Amino acid sequence: MEALFSGVELLMRWDVALALFIGSIGGVIIGAIPGVGAAVAIAILLPATFSLDPIVGLTMLLGIYGSSMYGGALPAILINTPGTAVNALTTYDGYPMTKRGEARRALALAYSASFWGGIFGILCLIFLSPVLALIAPHFGSREIFLAALLGIILVVLAHRGQVFAAGGLAGFGILLHTVGLDTKYNQRMTFEQTWLTGGFDLIVVVLGLFALSQAFLLLTEKDSSPHPQPVEGSLFTAMKEMWLYKRVATMASGFGVLMGMIPGVGEFTAQFMSYTYARRTSKTPEAFGEGAPEGLIASEAANNAVPAAAMIPLLALGIPGEALTAMMLSVFYVHNVIPGPQLFQTQLDFVYALYIAMILLNVIVIIFLIFSTNMLTKIIQVPTRFLGMVILILSFVGVYSLRNSVVDCAIASGFGVLGLVLKRLNLPIVPIVLGMVLGGIMEVKLRSAMIRVKHPLDFVDRPIAAILAVLIVLVILMHIRTLRKEHKARLSEAEIDHDIHDSQTR
Amino acid sequence: MIKAQTLQDLFKRYRRPGDLFYSIISIVFSLFLAFNLRSETTWVSNTKLFAQPAFWPYAAVGTMVLFSTLHLVSSLVSPKLEGRWQEVGFWLRSVEYAGWFMIYVIIVPQLGYLLTTVLFAVALCLRLGYRGAKFLGSAAVFAVAVVVIFKTLLQVKVPGGAIYELLPTALRSFFLTYF
Repeated sequence: MEALFSGVELLMRWDVALALFIGSIGGVIIGAIPGVGAAVAIAILLPATFSLDPIVGLTMLLGIYGSSMYGGALPAILINTPGTAVNALTTYDGYPMTKRGEARRALALAYSASFWGGIFGILCLIFLSPVLALIAPHFGSREIFLAALLGIILVVLAHRGQVFAAGGLAGFGILLHTVGLDTKYNQRMTFEQTWLTGGFDLIVVVLGLFALSQAFLLLTEKDSSPHPQPVEGSLFTAMKEMWLYKRVATMASGFGVLMGMIPGVGEFTAQFMSYTYARRTSKTPEAFGEGAPEGLIASEAANNAVPAAAMIPLLALGIPGEALTAMMLSVFYVHNVIPGPQLFQTQLDFVYALYIAMILLNVIVIIFLIFSTNMLTKIIQVPTRFLGMVILILSFVGVYSLRNSVVDCAIASGFGVLGLVLKRLNLPIVPIVLGMVLGGIMEVKLRSAMIRVKHPLDFVDRPIAAILAVLIVLVILMHIRTLRKEHKARLSEAEIDHDIHDSQTR
Repeated sequence: MIKAQTLQDLFKRYRRPGDLFYSIISIVFSLFLAFNLRSETTWVSNTKLFAQPAFWPYAAVGTMVLFSTLHLVSSLVSPKLEGRWQEVGFWLRSVEYAGWFMIYVIIVPQLGYLLTTVLFAVALCLRLGYRGAKFLGSAAVFAVAVVVIFKTLLQVKVPGGAIYELLPTALRSFFLTYF
């Protein structure tokens, strides 16, 4: 209880309150503009947050992370274009409702389901904290290595239909981490180039892959400008309908929490699982895809439950499960706050402060959306090429302010072009980022774990290590089994929704 | 024939134009790295395999070679897609904007952050085909807002321009600090 009050005290500062407002309201606006996702915004703002206190910087980034999906539902419902990739499923039922003249109802349901999912995820995180505090100290080097390895395998296998590309890109990410001088000053993959001696900075790579690539893409593509119709009537009264679908919303949020906790899986799997569940248990399954409120709720509740759950492996083990938490990890490191088992023992107040900030951001966002939806419909009319110029100028601040290095900017530009190619090919970017981050963790942890290992089986002689090793084997076996089943059933490629990958690239 | 069909079934996957080109570049790059692994890494004597500095580069490049090969095979056995070279042309067109970005980066230390950003925003808008005062004015206002938020208020590290040296002493330090 003392830690909880101490956490509240950490938040009682004007700069934290300001960061919370800017992050949550900015996140909604960023999420509502198709073409700019939370990843782009977080990548750009990351270096600016390094000069702030960790709680201020993280509150702002968490605000953007947690609120962008609320905003992303708006264009998904009104113009059939998801604002962020994770709102792709929202278009299935949201847009048909708009066409039926039920835009207000669809938006109200999406917002309230998002709120339900967001709060559900945070409550799970809060109730799981004591358990995490008990389990986390049992994670030694070998357990963290195995968890990171599981994360890499999952992020590759999660990209159905693109597993080969995802595997190659994860390998590329691990390689990027190794370039430069190692801890004993051995040169690795530097090709006698001095600019490679320092290695690749994660933030430079992230800014290139997410922000610059998006700018180049928008600048090179044809110009377009969406024109959604304004929404009439009160959203607040329409939100009450969500209560009728509380079972679907709760189950979808549960899927979101479960999938969010597993590194490498994330929103897309959670959404598809909850959507399938909602359709299977619905009295009117034929209405799904034609404007079924349950489908809309399943999609929005699931994706909004993920951010809080994604913080679990990050805070408890120091292992990011996807690109956004990987970026946040660098904020922790810069401020010498090392996420992992010790965090719950030494800085529990800081952890509670983050939880409370997440609850507050959900409240701020829902109030903001009730009163400002029509204003947002005007903001999303910005032409796409103009938006590209905006992102390019903002990306400069991100890359150049790091070290004032022209080389960094050139490297980021190179990764920007690579990111554009991958986006155009619908290949995933996330494996590169996770390969870089998890590769670093795996190298350090494997080296320290092997000191005590005399026989290969010693590596898994502790219960958690054994469970993780079995999980790795199971995940691979289940993937092979699924492939065999699909091959036997001769599932046509058209039956698989490949837009799922699109979501990860924005 | 039956074998080829089975192979196609096994490796068939969703693709977009340019996939084959990407897979060739990917395997060539992976093999280039693989051939250079020996000279670009170090094996230290009396050190365990997993603690060797060369272990992770080998593991990473090995993964790249394996998956790039599978990717190439799957591209080769999949039906041909139209529009490959148009797609590669699109990728190359994007390099122009990487050039714009680098010019912006090089000019900032000369003309200063504020002036360069305003000029860059307006010039890029003109390049993109926006001619109206509404867009050009918005670009200039946006550029000023970015500089004020990041440099003046948040004090991010962007060096002052060489041109500021020409200003009177009092103005010079003001511009160096805030713009």
